[in-house]
Amino acid sequence: MKSIDSSFQRPRDLPDIHILSSGTSICAGCGGLQAIHEILDILGLKTVTVNASGCMSLLSVYPFTPFSGSWLYTAMASAPAGAQGVRDALDRLLAKKRISSDEDMQVVVLSGDGSATGIGLSATSGAIDRRLDFIYICYDNEGYGNTGQQFSAGTPHGARTTTSRGEHGYCGYKKDLFSIWKANHPAYLATVSGAEPLDLARKIEKAKSIKGPSLIIAFSPCPTGWHFPPQESIEIGKLAIRTGVWPLKEYEDGKVVHTYMPARRLPVTEYLKKQGRFAHLFHPGNEYLIKEMQAELDAYWACVEKSVKSSETKE
Amino acid sequence: MNKQMLTGNVAAAWGARLAGIDYLPAFPISPQTEIIETVAEWIDTGVMDATMTTLDSEHSMLTAAGGAAATGVRVFTATSSQGLLYGMEMMYALAGWRVPLVLINVSRGLGAPITLEPDHNDVLAARDSGFLQLHCSTCQEILDSILIAFRLAEDKRIRLPVLVNLDGFYLSYTREPVIIPEPKEARDFVGPYDPGTVRFKADAPISEAVAVLGGEAYSYFRYEVQVAARKALEVYEEIAAEFQAAFGRSYDKIDAYRADGAEYLFLMIGSFATKAMDAVDQLRAAGWKIGLLRPRLLRPFPDRDLRILAAGRKGIAVVDQNLSFGRGGILHTEVTSSLYGQPGAPPVIAGFVGGLGGRDIAAEEFYQMAEDLKKACRKGVQPPMRLLYTAGELTAMRKLQTIAHAVRPEGGRDEKH
Repeated sequence: MKSIDSSFQRPRDLPDIHILSSGTSICAGCGGLQAIHEILDILGLKTVTVNASGCMSLLSVYPFTPFSGSWLYTAMASAPAGAQGVRDALDRLLAKKRISSDEDMQVVVLSGDGSATGIGLSATSGAIDRRLDFIYICYDNEGYGNTGQQFSAGTPHGARTTTSRGEHGYCGYKKDLFSIWKANHPAYLATVSGAEPLDLARKIEKAKSIKGPSLIIAFSPCPTGWHFPPQESIEIGKLAIRTGVWPLKEYEDGKVVHTYMPARRLPVTEYLKKQGRFAHLFHPGNEYLIKEMQAELDAYWACVEKSVKSSETKE
Repeated sequence: MNKQMLTGNVAAAWGARLAGIDYLPAFPISPQTEIIETVAEWIDTGVMDATMTTLDSEHSMLTAAGGAAATGVRVFTATSSQGLLYGMEMMYALAGWRVPLVLINVSRGLGAPITLEPDHNDVLAARDSGFLQLHCSTCQEILDSILIAFRLAEDKRIRLPVLVNLDGFYLSYTREPVIIPEPKEARDFVGPYDPGTVRFKADAPISEAVAVLGGEAYSYFRYEVQVAARKALEVYEEIAAEFQAAFGRSYDKIDAYRADGAEYLFLMIGSFATKAMDAVDQLRAAGWKIGLLRPRLLRPFPDRDLRILAAGRKGIAVVDQNLSFGRGGILHTEVTSSLYGQPGAPPVIAGFVGGLGGRDIAAEEFYQMAEDLKKACRKGVQPPMRLLYTAGELTAMRKLQTIAHAVRPEGGRDEKH
């Protein structure tokens, strides 16, 4: 997890300011909020956050806001289009010298996985086509969290949600948002976790410095939706990385780089057993589901390791 | 004087150009597309200085429109029909954001069955959104209404988005002579864009469109929109008077045609009202005391003007080019509720529905409606709503079905032969 160019080399390099204030109505132990805290600290004060309906829409509730920058709530389907309007207007104001360059802001979209992988995908795709200069932050809590954790296109296979209560859980597979973006040549893509603040800081620093469409997918353990005690949120974040369930990676200049290669991956069960949403997988008859998950992870990482080796030999 | 033959769409584009818009978020849809094509060409050839962005949908287009307006630029956009409905969620949102932009709707009937030709179910679906609504019946009026609409939207006392409506085909693609105001005069009339308090700035962060918890906070903001929308009646009058002083053309909230001394009135909106004008002329020539009211402003609804214009008449025939299924014409409901219990209100307000999906309303049908109205007034009984459709049309439909071997049970879809 080293990045020579970054100003974030050690934990003590992380900012000690905290831009997002406390006292919001977000659930205790929300991994999404933790990631957003860390992200905003790197992004700084000059931001406009364009929000799509979801858990985080409850951050700003009239007449209070935890944001030090600006905020625009839009709708579930069209936050990237709202960001387009804001960016276009800022560019117009700058071009016409109606605002000075220090009045310019970083335009940020904030949405959950429900919007990012489903209802908002058309607006997102359009923003990528148009090379919109913005950072899309998706807090991925793997379901429609704000409505009580129904399955979304971001829900992992086998997870129990309030709309997949059967004995095998969710029968679909988690949509690969990273690859959807990658196929359309964005400026920058990264997965992050609030449990790895240095890696997160480096990636946000990079996204901020690159012009064009960027996506940050933040792993967002959800105590109320995934059924674990709030104090275990960071532990679950760490286990997701160490079991290989949540690869930390980035995309830039046509290349995907894994920023953390788990040397000895823990078995996936270490991650699963901590969460109520996967409890049924340990019931007799569901062993095959865990086996499938492990096999899929092994195959993914084998492929990553192979490509790392082949690029090393090339060099 | 710069007078040119312009389609309604090009007249709308001229309105945007003369208003000095900063930003046009766009998405193509018939019969509106010529507006965005015209502006795009002007931008591409350097004739017009504005930013245009094509979005992925009307929902996105309206979101971008609101986002830009909230950031502090003058925004113009256009759509039609299905597009208006696709963006409908954002219509309500934008009114709540209090962003003063102007949206053109080129009216077109709604599917199903899908069609391209006009009626007013699309624009009237936006009736309760919080957008103010101006309805046009000529190409000149389209251009002029856009200049007025920007003033109305941006007025400090209003700060609401305004929709300007024109009928697809009958206005969008029809060339009429249009006087194009001098750019300087138009700019002087519209004035520079003042974003007011709605504006994102790095040194003055602001949260917009935030959530509320509880009905008290919600009602507070919704009532505020109502107060602003009602205030627009008075502000519109001021702006229209200023427009008349500057350009010599007058636009009352309700356009009254040969209403002086009339016992009977037609009431219609949009381009088909010009057909009613012709019918009024013919009926007047035949000795009828009849006129026409054409509301230009539908939101806010000009109750006071209507009550004054309607007082003392025997009856009104409201001709709706829309249909609220299970009820009837939407304007009829609006007019009736506005006049009910008012001193001198006509005892009979007859409802007719016609001109759906571009169907013509023939002169003979206007005469028939006048006869129906007169008969109802004589009896003193409100007649049942009438759907305009001729025996000839029905015969032609059935003939077509026979030719295509598509004879079907009429009425409920599940009926057996």
